[in-house]
Amino acid sequence: MYEGAVQELIDELGRLPGIGPKSAQRIAFHILDADPADMKRLVDAVTNVKERVKFCSICGNVSEQDTCNICRDPRRDPTAICVVEESKDVIAIERTRSFRGRYHVLGGAINPIGGVGPEQLRIKELLNRLSDKQIEEIIIATDPNLEGEATATYLARMLKAIGIPVSRLASGLPVGGDLEYADEVTLGRAFEGRRILT
Amino acid sequence: MFVEFLSLTDFRTYPQLDIALKPGVTVFVGSNGVGKTNIVEAIGYLASLSSHRVSNDAPLIRFDSPRSLVRARVDRGGRSISLELEITAGKANRARINRGAPVRARDILGHLRTVLFAPEDLALVKGDPSNRRRFLDELLASLVPHHAATRSDFERVLKQRNALLKSARASGRFTSAHESTLEVWDQHMAEAGAALLKARLELVDLLQPHLNAAYAALTDGSKQAAAVYRSTIHSQLSDDGEVENDGGAGLPPLASLSAAELAELYLAAFKQQRKREVERGISLVGPHRDELELMLGQAPAKGYASHGETWSLALALRLASYYVFCEDDPAPGAAPVLILDDVFAELDSQRRSKLAGIVASAEQVIVTAAVAEDIPEALSGEQFKVVPGGVASGQETV
Repeated sequence: MYEGAVQELIDELGRLPGIGPKSAQRIAFHILDADPADMKRLVDAVTNVKERVKFCSICGNVSEQDTCNICRDPRRDPTAICVVEESKDVIAIERTRSFRGRYHVLGGAINPIGGVGPEQLRIKELLNRLSDKQIEEIIIATDPNLEGEATATYLARMLKAIGIPVSRLASGLPVGGDLEYADEVTLGRAFEGRRILT
Repeated sequence: MFVEFLSLTDFRTYPQLDIALKPGVTVFVGSNGVGKTNIVEAIGYLASLSSHRVSNDAPLIRFDSPRSLVRARVDRGGRSISLELEITAGKANRARINRGAPVRARDILGHLRTVLFAPEDLALVKGDPSNRRRFLDELLASLVPHHAATRSDFERVLKQRNALLKSARASGRFTSAHESTLEVWDQHMAEAGAALLKARLELVDLLQPHLNAAYAALTDGSKQAAAVYRSTIHSQLSDDGEVENDGGAGLPPLASLSAAELAELYLAAFKQQRKREVERGISLVGPHRDELELMLGQAPAKGYASHGETWSLALALRLASYYVFCEDDPAPGAAPVLILDDVFAELDSQRRSKLAGIVASAEQVIVTAAVAEDIPEALSGEQFKVVPGGVASGQETV
């Protein structure tokens, strides 16, 4: 145990995801040694993010204003909504530059073990957005794991009643990879999701 | 196939152990507690990624060591493969094949195949159904490696569905919101459960003839041995609230159905059991509650078989899995390594000699025993004396 402030810092850092006690100690001592101006910037960044960043009132993405950049952008295609679990996923899809519609961030996936049910996700907000008659397609881009698939099934069942076409991202072989290196589960999925070429 | 070299580092009681092995019979003799079983346990672990003695990895690592290392060179029809497995408690194990880059431990499955007989096998016959389900699932995973994923996928769905049922029960009232979420998990559990059920049913079909033949060879052949898969898919909730299982009377046998048809049956069974599942807060229908019933003649083995018959049936199950392996891959050098861990001391002389006669023809047989006199003459081969912390040099017995 270190004295007072140092131990406090180590404890706080240790609460962050992916940081164990050893890493927390290393970062704490780095902070102790670092230039005060640099650390001031870090403190400001943390303060700002807590003060300034809000969640977009339309899609739930992180934003500094009431609505996010994507929801405000008039050039975005208003007919398609891509449903993702987290804001991180929005960035990942944006990097592809192949989707020009808008997003909806659920804030997680259905996970009974973790105590997350549909009512904890932003599903009601999604339904409210669908009263806009412009929307022609919902693309479900939840993670391809059990919880993500369950969320996709739930959304698909619910949206079926509304009559808007719902699609799900494909799972399968990574582009540029070798077939022989794919694991059995991925390859099996790729078989199920095969496309007819002619 | 045969293990030609085995090296253990910080495994169980051994800081370091290196043994060169030969095809044919190898016997490890030593008094109790010197570490005979540790050696065969390591070989079994390389083949199945699970130990026949403990369910978690921590006891495998030598006390106070961060990790243990099991390395083996396996000869398969003249080709030599080197396998290396690093076991770290509480973390994912890592494997290396032919000194390549580290891969997931799961990728090592299928390179070495073993069939292990141990006193614990008695539980296959006498123990509760989970022993027999585990026997099927482990055999499935080593026959078809992707079935390891079939089982773990099912277990994840089951955990989630149980968590949901439990929290619905705890909330006191089963609402329509619970219902609509539960329907989603029904769907996923029906699919994952049907995949596992289908794989198990196919395996039981493969095992069946070998089980009966092996039992007949071990005994005088007066009784027929059979394994019947009893699925909870046919569970019905009767009027007085009891669960009944008519075994699907009047319906086509499960084995003839496709995975999609089985999934439909599961969905129907979930609907039927809804009230009861919600009341109890647990999943009542699914492969996790199925039973592989072992029969001797007309009577179930459990409860009815004598001690000797129980042993014969347990051995017959293991032998049957050996034959299934041989049938699955008939290429020369593909037959699994047979391991008999402390089995002979438990058997009477007649069963001893019959078992020895059957296994002697395998490419490699590894036997452990506390005293050399327990080993039948048919299994003469290289003998190692196991002493605390190591193995004394081998000697041929005649």
